[in-house]
Amino acid sequence: MLKRIILVTLVVSAILACSSSDDSNSGNNSSDTYNRTAMLTNIADNIIIPGYQNLSTDLSTLVDSKNAFVANVNQTNLETLRTNWFNAYQSFQAVQMFQIGKAEEILFEEQMNIYPTNTTDIENNIANGNYDLSSVNNNDAVGFPAVDYMLYGVADNDAAILTTLSNANYSNYLSDLIDRMQTLTNTVLTDWTSGYRDNYITNTANVASGAVNQTLNAYVFYYEKRLRADKVGIPAGVFSSTPLPSKVEVLYKEDNSRTLLLEALNAVQDVFNGKAINSNIEGESYKNYLIALDRNDLAEVINDRFDAARTKIEALNTNLKTQVETDNTKMTEAYDALQLAVVSLKSDMLSAFNVSVSYVDADGD
Amino acid sequence: MNSSIKSYLNATTNAAPLAVFRIGFGLMMLYSIIRYWAKGWIETIYIQPQFHFKYYGFEWVKTLGDYTYILFIICGIASLLVALGFKYRLAIIAFFLSFTYIELMEKTTYLNHYYFISVLSFIMIFLPANAYFSIDAYRNKIQYKNIPRWTIDSIKLLLGIVYFYAGLAKINSDWLLKAQPLKTWLPSKYDIPFIGETLMHQNWFHFAMSWSGMLYDLCIPFLLLYKKTRGFAFVLVVIFHVFTRVLFPIGMFPYVMIVSALIFFDANFHNKIIRYSKKLLRIPSAKAIETKSVFKLKRKTLVLPIVTLFLALQLLIPFRYLLYPGELFWTEEGYRFSWRVMLMEKMGNTTFKIVNGKTKAFFYVQNDDFLTPLQEKQMSFQPDFILEYAHYLGDHFKKQGHEHVEVYAKSYVALNGRLSAPFVDETVNLYAEKETFKPKFWILPFNDEIKGL
Repeated sequence: MLKRIILVTLVVSAILACSSSDDSNSGNNSSDTYNRTAMLTNIADNIIIPGYQNLSTDLSTLVDSKNAFVANVNQTNLETLRTNWFNAYQSFQAVQMFQIGKAEEILFEEQMNIYPTNTTDIENNIANGNYDLSSVNNNDAVGFPAVDYMLYGVADNDAAILTTLSNANYSNYLSDLIDRMQTLTNTVLTDWTSGYRDNYITNTANVASGAVNQTLNAYVFYYEKRLRADKVGIPAGVFSSTPLPSKVEVLYKEDNSRTLLLEALNAVQDVFNGKAINSNIEGESYKNYLIALDRNDLAEVINDRFDAARTKIEALNTNLKTQVETDNTKMTEAYDALQLAVVSLKSDMLSAFNVSVSYVDADGD
Repeated sequence: MNSSIKSYLNATTNAAPLAVFRIGFGLMMLYSIIRYWAKGWIETIYIQPQFHFKYYGFEWVKTLGDYTYILFIICGIASLLVALGFKYRLAIIAFFLSFTYIELMEKTTYLNHYYFISVLSFIMIFLPANAYFSIDAYRNKIQYKNIPRWTIDSIKLLLGIVYFYAGLAKINSDWLLKAQPLKTWLPSKYDIPFIGETLMHQNWFHFAMSWSGMLYDLCIPFLLLYKKTRGFAFVLVVIFHVFTRVLFPIGMFPYVMIVSALIFFDANFHNKIIRYSKKLLRIPSAKAIETKSVFKLKRKTLVLPIVTLFLALQLLIPFRYLLYPGELFWTEEGYRFSWRVMLMEKMGNTTFKIVNGKTKAFFYVQNDDFLTPLQEKQMSFQPDFILEYAHYLGDHFKKQGHEHVEVYAKSYVALNGRLSAPFVDETVNLYAEKETFKPKFWILPFNDEIKGL
């Protein structure tokens, strides 16, 4: 009996295995499964890589203007430097959500945009003249927020700022900060263009290390933590007893904090819709994936919620710090609108894609 | 009637199937414990979290910190002793207590098959599983060829309940008429060889799997009972469980069910297994052992009522959901301990607002300050988790010096391919609500209908 059962089991499994492989030949595969490689290709070729290229271009412009400024500290050069810094900061909003691959490995995000920046650490570094910008301890003393402080917050007015930055210790630090941002960005970009992209677009397995899974997890995490919480929720005080206006993203060039928030939200929505970064062409995307899974309803809700959040944000003062200090209700309304999209992304979309989530590891039943 | 019950209780059967079952159970449990340890889950599930979700009535269960490892060692040794049949009674009691304690420490990891292990090991306390082919028998120099028939039948009944009740639960409109949640799950298995890209996204396949899954669960106990269909049924058991193992991350459950289902086979089959393993392991047939024909149960008047009552409860508990209003899949009141497996794709997003009742000042909680990702995921769509966590938050902020603490939840839940909908009444201060067996009025109604059992 035991032998017979083993035999029957083996035979049946063999039949099962063969018949299913027959199916795959005759069924001439995947005409109506969603083409994940096409989606990843669109995300990589039309969004991520051009996003990093834009940032890299902006940063080399920034490096040039920084060099000009260091050579010749004056108001005109400072203005150019400031403009180019903010352009790069805007471009950065389109890539921060892709904390995967090399960016994840070298802690790109942590070295580019930790705010509020720690001015004490910055001043200590400058005073010592002996610092390791790649150190984890310096994550809050480098990147765009640190440059924001150097260009706008290091003294009370432009004349005083120019005087301070004439000091070689200060200009060296500023120079090192900007050079490092360029190095980091080029490291990530080079990795994408020299092989990673090809692995990425074919790595479609539904496992925690799959490209679809990693990109989605990073995307949802970014939206929930970096955009909704850091840019809006925390300054509005939704997680604390009192509002914390000094935690806005660009604290020193404060007039422009809303611009970055809008850039970030647009970037998130464009990724959802698969819109190319340098044109209006839409390709394969999370939206199309949802539609292929018969979840048109959800794709619409997500776009509606992004739009609703944008409307709320557009009603805010361009200076989010001022907004928090004068009428925080509008700020919390924007937060609530952003939160609704978190619900759609996290519980509806991840559920619809049924992706393996890396950080949840246990048996189910 | 009375006499037929009596004669049933006096009926005997060969002891080999129960002995093989004991060995299989013990070894699988030992492997499960080792696997759990190796995956690092003791650390991430029982030691790292700063807060643990507890079952209602078992809030007193303490987590043990690093001593959790000792508890797992005890449980592992007990499993091995059960398999060997060495000090069996003590070993199975130790296994039941340690395993159940582990489960009671953290509700987040509730799985029907863990509950099944607790149920099974509880009933095994009362069964003479060491009567035959065990170290106890060798040491006492007595083994019994036959044991009361009800002992093996009670295990068959438990297995039958698991399958049949799982089948009954599948008789609902989401499962049969919408093929949910398989319609959500299967297309994501596109990377399985051969069938991933060809079958997994096919509409007919989702329906075929749903219906055959339901029929399988309902029929399999009977097919296993009936001698003529038994071999075929076992092949089905193997195929079904291997298939689910390939598709879903369900750990040890398929193996537990496959090995357990062997108990339906007759004694010849199990005697062959025993002879075979004796040969393989070179166990000398101990001639000094006296073989008696029938095992006589001690303390019959105590054991029989306990076992009967326990089995009756097993039949009734899954139906307790009928006492609650509202949709079971939505409220989950009476959902656990009922063999409802793989029925729902449910995800939620729940955030908490801490309000000062006097000044109305408020702030939100970042859940990841307090919960692990797994805990947050489970908490977000299960009302009893939401309530328990609300109390934890309330206590926490009260201790921090906040005054007039009130806790409100903003919760959205998506069920079986529906858009997420509001789940909890935002105006109810959950900190003032107590956990009870009564229906939770603060769960918002489900604005759809799922017909069926």
